[in-house]
Amino acid sequence: MTTDTTTKSAPTGATPGEPVLDARGVTMRFGGLTAVSDVDLTVNAGEIVGLIGPNGAGKTTFFNCLTGLYVPTEGEVRYKGQILPPKSFKVTAAGIARTFQNIRLFANMTVLENVLVGRHTRTKEGLWSALLRGPGFHKAEAASRARAMELLEFVGLAGKADHLARNLPYGEQRKLEIARALASEPGLLLLDEPTAGMNPQETRAAEELIFAIRDKGIAVLVIEHDMRFIMNLCDRVAVLVQGKKLIEGDAATVQSDERVIAAYLGEPLANDPGAAEAAEVEAAEAAAEAAAQTAPAKENDR
Amino acid sequence: MTTQTTAATTPDTPTAEAPRGLVGLPESTGRALATAGGVLSVISTFLAWTWTAEFPGDLTVYGYPGGLQVLVLVGGALTALFGLASYGIKGLRWLVPAGADSALKLAALGTFVTAWYTVIAISVQLGGVVNLEPGGFVVAAATLLTLLGALALPFERPEPDPFDPDDTGWEQFRHKARHQAAVIKAAFATGPVKAPARKLPGFAEILVIVAAMAIGLLVFTYGIGTEYDELFIGFLITAGFGFAALFKAGLISRLSVITGKHRNVTLIGAFVAAAAFPFTQSDDQYATIGVYILIFATVALGLNIVVGLAGLLDLGYVAFLGVGAYAAAMVSGSPSSPFDFQVPFWASALIGAAVAMVFGVIIGAPTLRLRGDYLAIVTLGFGEIFRIAVLNMDGTSGPDITNGSNGISSIPNLNILGFDFGQEHTIAGFTIARFANYFLLMLLITLVVVVVFRRSSDSRIGRAWVAIREDETAALAMGINGFRVKLIAFALGATLAGLAGTVQAHVTYTVTPEQYQFAHVVPPNSAFLLAAVVLGGMGTISGPLVGASLLYLIPAKLQFLGDYQLFAFGLALVLLMRYRPEGLIPNRRRQLEFHEETEAPTVLSKAGA
Repeated sequence: MTTDTTTKSAPTGATPGEPVLDARGVTMRFGGLTAVSDVDLTVNAGEIVGLIGPNGAGKTTFFNCLTGLYVPTEGEVRYKGQILPPKSFKVTAAGIARTFQNIRLFANMTVLENVLVGRHTRTKEGLWSALLRGPGFHKAEAASRARAMELLEFVGLAGKADHLARNLPYGEQRKLEIARALASEPGLLLLDEPTAGMNPQETRAAEELIFAIRDKGIAVLVIEHDMRFIMNLCDRVAVLVQGKKLIEGDAATVQSDERVIAAYLGEPLANDPGAAEAAEVEAAEAAAEAAAQTAPAKENDR
Repeated sequence: MTTQTTAATTPDTPTAEAPRGLVGLPESTGRALATAGGVLSVISTFLAWTWTAEFPGDLTVYGYPGGLQVLVLVGGALTALFGLASYGIKGLRWLVPAGADSALKLAALGTFVTAWYTVIAISVQLGGVVNLEPGGFVVAAATLLTLLGALALPFERPEPDPFDPDDTGWEQFRHKARHQAAVIKAAFATGPVKAPARKLPGFAEILVIVAAMAIGLLVFTYGIGTEYDELFIGFLITAGFGFAALFKAGLISRLSVITGKHRNVTLIGAFVAAAAFPFTQSDDQYATIGVYILIFATVALGLNIVVGLAGLLDLGYVAFLGVGAYAAAMVSGSPSSPFDFQVPFWASALIGAAVAMVFGVIIGAPTLRLRGDYLAIVTLGFGEIFRIAVLNMDGTSGPDITNGSNGISSIPNLNILGFDFGQEHTIAGFTIARFANYFLLMLLITLVVVVVFRRSSDSRIGRAWVAIREDETAALAMGINGFRVKLIAFALGATLAGLAGTVQAHVTYTVTPEQYQFAHVVPPNSAFLLAAVVLGGMGTISGPLVGASLLYLIPAKLQFLGDYQLFAFGLALVLLMRYRPEGLIPNRRRQLEFHEETEAPTVLSKAGA
């Protein structure tokens, strides 16, 4: 049962309750547009935190601020007490790994190679050791491969290690992206819509996988639109609307909050000015929603 | 039927009864005809084809094939071999894992084209069919029969698409033409590999590799030694069709599995085969071509690290060759060098490589922050800056360092441990002259570059390069320091080019700025280097080597093209990019990138890399 797992005790490894990620007053402006405005968010060790919000609320932009792809205009992001460096590869080295909303695997590399690329920050061998091929090189390479296979085993792709990433079915590509992110031995994993486009079985499998990751002692911050998924999964949920954090709390609180419902469904009208207008608005919203659903790749991911 | 014209009747043929060939002969007759025709072609090459020795190659002798006859002999023998294999003869089945039929067709076609090219060339050059001896007619008839027989072999015809009856005549014509093209393509298509290879013992596999290397050396030596245009064209036709036939037979992929299993043996074998090349030559004439090809190929391989692995389009790469060559020339003790001292070769090689690396870092550090087209433009600019700067450092427009447009001349020959590269030496009865000496030295440099390429590509840094090429944002998010990794690729490429340049300076006696242009008729220059990489296959080792050999040999051998050389070259490149964008020897990854619709082998074996 997936619902039971939320009540599992805190993971081993990290001290529970200690903040892993601490974002304070993060603001991101693009020219005159404020995409993210003064958002505070804390993720504690051993926690799964959800980040939800309507399309265009600034969730992915906020993610990019956390991973160094964007440097926030204002505010600061601390990882385990250290302010994050402004380069995305340094953020990964510090211990934050991420996946992408529209899958960004190295399509023409094999599954194993993809994970090995993820090991980049945790290995040291440079050009010279690659050219000279001393015993250290072979040892490190073998260790990397062993760890990569272990991770593939963990996500259930060990049998497909030699396949090209592009040939994997959609759900397995998502899993591979997670394995690749885990290969950098993160303390915090950021998942950007990990179940987008998945069927219910695959979603449930993803849920199990995320719990398993949490049980390894890795904190998880997840963006998702699938409410059932979020409510099952997350210890805490933060709602982002128009770049501002609306509310933060456990699943039940957020679910019943009127402002959240309003943000998703619109304000109930006080004196029902006209059914026709309401219907029109609804139709327009549905069309916009549909457009956004059919073209998810257009949303800027950087 | 191929003769079917654009009659407006609805196509009533497609009800597939039994698979038929392109030519309406029974299968058994066709197969027998093709095999016997192949044998007959072989026999005919022992006859005289023409009465006068005016046609180059002396095709007048009975019992001794010469010139183009040898090529037809090889083609005929290959056809006969595939013909016999298509009967399922036991020992030959190993050669045709993907079925012999399409290989037979291609071999027959290649023999036919070569033979008819020869016969027509004789008739045209000597003024009439009357100049043909009986042997000429025999070979023409024999190869035609072979081709007809081979084309009679059945194949899976593609189903024609139903067409819209409202179409205009032109559209119907196009529809039909498309279908005809598909049928012809299917006629040469090969089936899937049926039986997996019988397990060969290890020594047999190594023998296979040795045999393949020996054949490769033979083909290369023959190609480089072709003395006249007709022979070289015939060589290209035969080699091209022969290679295609072997590929269709599945032999090439079988071979690449074996070489992939014994990579070190393959490397050593290839090296030994290449080193044997000067010993097959009686004079230094073709060793000259050999050493220039080797320089060109080595630099192309270095560029392949930058372009093929890391995906950085560098249009000014030849400048690094120039940097290495100038550095070596200045410390060579040449009278026109500003520095009046001479260092041993190992030191000048290190100096050349190190200076090139420094230039690589200096140029790379600002430019590698750019992506894609912008990087290409900026590297193009830096390449020209190098040439013009060298041109102007002549003492009047700038400091006197490079001696301007005269370049640094009379660079002395190398002398390593008392072995004077300018002298002839006799080793085990073989005379090795100047260019052959340099060929062997250059081969060592090539080996170094091959090893560097292989080792770096299969490592943490090599994976990072490929990841950057595939998706830079994702690579950065995986913790790869993109700039640093790209700079390493750029500097490594520059170093290898500089290393090759140090030998080039001694081979050519003189280094001048004109040798290092962006585009020029004589390779190596940046455009040709890039073309060699793209033509041969990005990201592979053998690709740039083959591409460089072809790009050097074709202009050097086809003198009659004259001023149209670059035009023909451009045309060939356009056609190649249209029909085979992954290059002649594709990296497996690349091939998948460009042919998404084809059946994707899900497992990427090591052999393709």
